[in-house]
Amino acid sequence: MDVSSQNLTSDQITELISLVKKIHGFDFSDYTKASLKRRLTRIMLLKKLGFYDLKHKLINEQGFFTEFLEEITVNVTEMFRDPSFYKALSSQVLPELTAYDQIKIWSAGCATGEELYSLSILMHTAALGERALLYGTDINKSVLKEAEKGVYSNRNLKTYAENYQSCDLKGLFAGYFITGRESAELLPKLKLNTFFSVHNLIADPVFNEFQLITCRNVFIYFETQLQERILHLFYDSLSPDGFLCLGSKETIRSDLFKTKFRAINQKENIYQKIGY
Amino acid sequence: MDINEDIIDRWHNTDILLLGGSAGSFNLIFGVVKSLAPGLNKAVIIVIHRKRNFLSEIEKMFAAHSRLPLKEVADKDSINKNNIYIAPSNYHTLIEREGSFSLDVSEAVWYSKPSIDVTFESAADAYYNRCTAILVSGANQDGALGLLKLRNAGSLTIAQHPDDAEMPEMPNAAININAVDYVLRTNEIFELLKK
Repeated sequence: MDVSSQNLTSDQITELISLVKKIHGFDFSDYTKASLKRRLTRIMLLKKLGFYDLKHKLINEQGFFTEFLEEITVNVTEMFRDPSFYKALSSQVLPELTAYDQIKIWSAGCATGEELYSLSILMHTAALGERALLYGTDINKSVLKEAEKGVYSNRNLKTYAENYQSCDLKGLFAGYFITGRESAELLPKLKLNTFFSVHNLIADPVFNEFQLITCRNVFIYFETQLQERILHLFYDSLSPDGFLCLGSKETIRSDLFKTKFRAINQKENIYQKIGY
Repeated sequence: MDINEDIIDRWHNTDILLLGGSAGSFNLIFGVVKSLAPGLNKAVIIVIHRKRNFLSEIEKMFAAHSRLPLKEVADKDSINKNNIYIAPSNYHTLIEREGSFSLDVSEAVWYSKPSIDVTFESAADAYYNRCTAILVSGANQDGALGLLKLRNAGSLTIAQHPDDAEMPEMPNAAININAVDYVLRTNEIFELLKK
């Protein structure tokens, strides 16, 4: 079976969305359609399922939904993805955070934790590591388990090290890890104040107050009206003057939120909350 | 192969021009960008394989020589005629039914992100027969399946003649799976786009 032989119609996709909502309580109706279709097609290929098989499993097979959820969401991430973003964070945001005794950071949609640990490293390079509390959330339990381990394959670390180098940060990237033959584990001090928990951006409420929220390359999977709903959640989760970082290709399009956030760096999509 | 009436007709009836290329495609695509003039009345979407973290050098160079507004795609940008859009590196660029882009950071396809297949396939879903897609030089098979899907949806599909391509593997892959309406010489591609 190749990709071209699978062709889900829009009606079938709508049917799957409403079925998942009804049975499993997860609402994908405001996900961008083209990428949702790709993910659904991918699941059907991976599990060798036709449309009716997929429906049947979603309805009748206990436990299948966990697998489904893991595959439908994109968990691809990197440490220090977009070095120019981390440079901007270092020079424009970290100096503003030094005033706080405790710096709470939320990596929303953290997948396997690469971004959260990049932030942990960044805070340590700025001598703010001991004051930082880093919260990683995702809708998938299994990726959070991976994130908690803080162990990454040497093959991936090669790319991450290149990213790190482009960030012009001091220190050797390898110095943050205990290296093994196949993989490397982050130093305990970098994992010390990290917390991972399940949180669904679409349905779950505010759970803490943060000085910095990063949610990068998550909005790309959401329609603009859903992005706006989540911007409400972020706004309410930020302390006064708190910072919000979106992905490099994700901007705030909502007119309402253009008045609630000021752009600190338009190119990197770093925003600061206006008001309380 | 001469430029015949059928191909000109179908070119005139399309709203979207899709260009896909990899190794050896830069000069050709740069040439196309320079040649496109206002009054084209189509949106142009370009997917070129390039290195990760390759800062937008291509955009700068293209924009400096383009007579049409040109930009690197950002998430949810709308697709407008007489504009040129370039797929950003380290994302897949998808086309939505409502005439906008969405981006995706999922796994590379044929070791490529952006993948030409991903953009072409979503273009077929969104625009059916309203595209002209041209696949040019490249050293892998990305783009062939996407081109096939476009062809099956009724869009006009073209491959650069393998003899003219610095790296013939990509156009050949498309020709081999019957994804191509017309195989054109490089000069014929330029001739068609001027019509």
